[in-house]
Amino acid sequence: MKYLDEYRDGAVARGIIARIKETATRPWTLMEVCGGQTHTIVRQGLDQLLEGAVEMIHGPGCPVCVTPLEQIDKALALAARPDVIFTSFGDMLRVPGSSCDLLQVRARGGTIRVVYSPLDALELAIKNPDRQVVFFAVGFETTAPANAMAVWRARQLNVPNFSILVSHVTVPPAMTAILDAPDNRVQGFLAAGHVCAVMGWKEYEPIAAKYRVPIIVTGFEPVDILEGMLMAVTQLEQGRHEVENQYVRSVQRDGTPPAQELVRTVFRLADRQWRGIGTIPGSGLTLREEYADFDAELRFGLGDIHAEEPAECRAGEVLRGMLKPSGCSAFGTRCTPEHPLGAPMVSSEGACAAYYNYARFRSPAGPTGVPS
Amino acid sequence: MTTVRFDGPACPTPLVDTERVQLGHGSGGKLSARLLKDRFLPHLGNPFLAQLSDGAVVPLGGAEAVLSTDTFVVSPLEFPGGDIGMLAVHGTVNDVAMMGARPCYLTAGFVLEEGLPLDLLERIVRSMAAAAQSVGVPLVAGDTKVVERGKADGLYINTTGLGLLDPAFRPGPARARPGDVILVSGEIGRHGMAIMAAREGLAFESAITSDTASLVPLVERLKAAAGDGIRVLRDPTRGGLASALNEIAQASKVGMRLVEDRIPIPVEVGAACEILGLDPMYVANEGVLTAIVAPDQAAAALEALRGHPIGAGARQIGVVTTDHPGYVVLETRIGGTRVVDLLPGDQLPRIC
Repeated sequence: MKYLDEYRDGAVARGIIARIKETATRPWTLMEVCGGQTHTIVRQGLDQLLEGAVEMIHGPGCPVCVTPLEQIDKALALAARPDVIFTSFGDMLRVPGSSCDLLQVRARGGTIRVVYSPLDALELAIKNPDRQVVFFAVGFETTAPANAMAVWRARQLNVPNFSILVSHVTVPPAMTAILDAPDNRVQGFLAAGHVCAVMGWKEYEPIAAKYRVPIIVTGFEPVDILEGMLMAVTQLEQGRHEVENQYVRSVQRDGTPPAQELVRTVFRLADRQWRGIGTIPGSGLTLREEYADFDAELRFGLGDIHAEEPAECRAGEVLRGMLKPSGCSAFGTRCTPEHPLGAPMVSSEGACAAYYNYARFRSPAGPTGVPS
Repeated sequence: MTTVRFDGPACPTPLVDTERVQLGHGSGGKLSARLLKDRFLPHLGNPFLAQLSDGAVVPLGGAEAVLSTDTFVVSPLEFPGGDIGMLAVHGTVNDVAMMGARPCYLTAGFVLEEGLPLDLLERIVRSMAAAAQSVGVPLVAGDTKVVERGKADGLYINTTGLGLLDPAFRPGPARARPGDVILVSGEIGRHGMAIMAAREGLAFESAITSDTASLVPLVERLKAAAGDGIRVLRDPTRGGLASALNEIAQASKVGMRLVEDRIPIPVEVGAACEILGLDPMYVANEGVLTAIVAPDQAAAALEALRGHPIGAGARQIGVVTTDHPGYVVLETRIGGTRVVDLLPGDQLPRIC
């Protein structure tokens, strides 16, 4: 497959690994921001192959993981209503709320549909005028334009039975929060390529300059990630701290201005709570007043739902890169994908899920000798 | 500057077990296994059921027979490459064949929903008849029930197959041994992705067609070429190749090591999985088998598979190991390794 196979080529990848090892005179600690990148790293065993040269710590970029418990509980309440068709990306279905998850609400009779786009949810609202259709609008800047588009279209087409439950977060405030933490270990970042495809990288330039950290806009395939690591390690070895773009096939410095414009039209910046981390000022998006009609929280009066997050699991430390999933005493014993303590164990972008699914057992690297 | 006070770790308490059936209970993953273990076996358990295989080996008038049953609820009823009728024949004869038996007779039970177009029903029955005839297994008894509109998704079919076992050919899930080789008979993931693409209304440049087929000829060829060197046979249907190999590794208490580059995935299946965020290793097949074969018989077995059109793409994908018993490990293209696990429930599509 073009644009994929060349970025999964084993020989190319092994060549870059050798160059990273040659370049690094000491072990460097990098953080990949995005959970999709975490999964590529662990799934392909890149961390294993770079031992001693680069330590990857896994960032907060898993939209499912950072969605606060309170928002999950609101989703569960909405999904249980007989007048509601609740729509969501598939990832959210198994994330535990205070009492249960969306799959269990569905088993009890709630109408829950997995959609691939918020515009599919809008379509569903148009086809079911007698039901309320709510879309669970979670994610980073990546999903914000499509979610904004759904609301904008709903206004254009005058679809009164469509609304969204918003839990949007943005990357730069989380990066600065991590860098400001007294126990920070991150020396360089791999920024999420798809976020930058929307936003560009101008907003990362002040962060790189202020905190003196290289930030590499990086794609998601193994060769992308290895190139990103090599660029970061090269900068660190040379004492540079710039924003560089590895993901040139998709990202430009200005990003995609029409998408940004649409997001600004529909959403405004707001304080947002991050699950396991706490409230980060100005780190989220919420619907502007002109679009408040489409806010499910207001429409259904969900303001009374509050959730206490019990201090049971250590997802907050994992999401800040302070703790490797395998370093958690509950990992793989009291916390598994079937009985998750927290969202990172069930999300397809969660760091705990990556470790559990791919790396709770590691076999020595090297060829098996299977004949071709 | 933004400063954040991290209030320490926070996460919810574990969920108690659900008290209702979820779709994931039917996925062929860990939830399915637990449903069986917790809710069925305590009440229905007996030495035949305890075999927990594709079918049961039962004594029958001095001989040994294999009895297997399967229910088909696929939607849409007709899909690229097949339909529910053909699938109901292939699925059950394949389960009998994977036990090493020769399928002899089939029965079928139909649950029809009020409002089902009769010409659609007849097309499906005709397709079923054609499949049964081409496999050479007559459908000897049947039943129909009709339920009210809305109580069934058009049409469900249950089929039961009876086969005769040759005492000299007894592949079984617990017979894999370290050093054995792991073969697949062809490209994986086509049935599941054909259904998914039809359901999601996805159009690809070349349509993905289901691989639904009888595996009886492949089993006959394997038996003739490698006899008892065929230790395990499985058709990786729901849960895909990954789930089938995990079950074998656990039943045989051995490890498995696969090579990513050797796993045959059609380009269009790979592309569809990329778009939908799914892993082809967990996608259902209906015309592929995996065989665990003694090392000295591997070449003969591979040649036997390749000599038949549906086995033309057969290849070795890995080996059985003494290391990491119960785990299937994949050697990635890059040279790292990762666990290939059983999924807890259905694969869920990703956000981005």
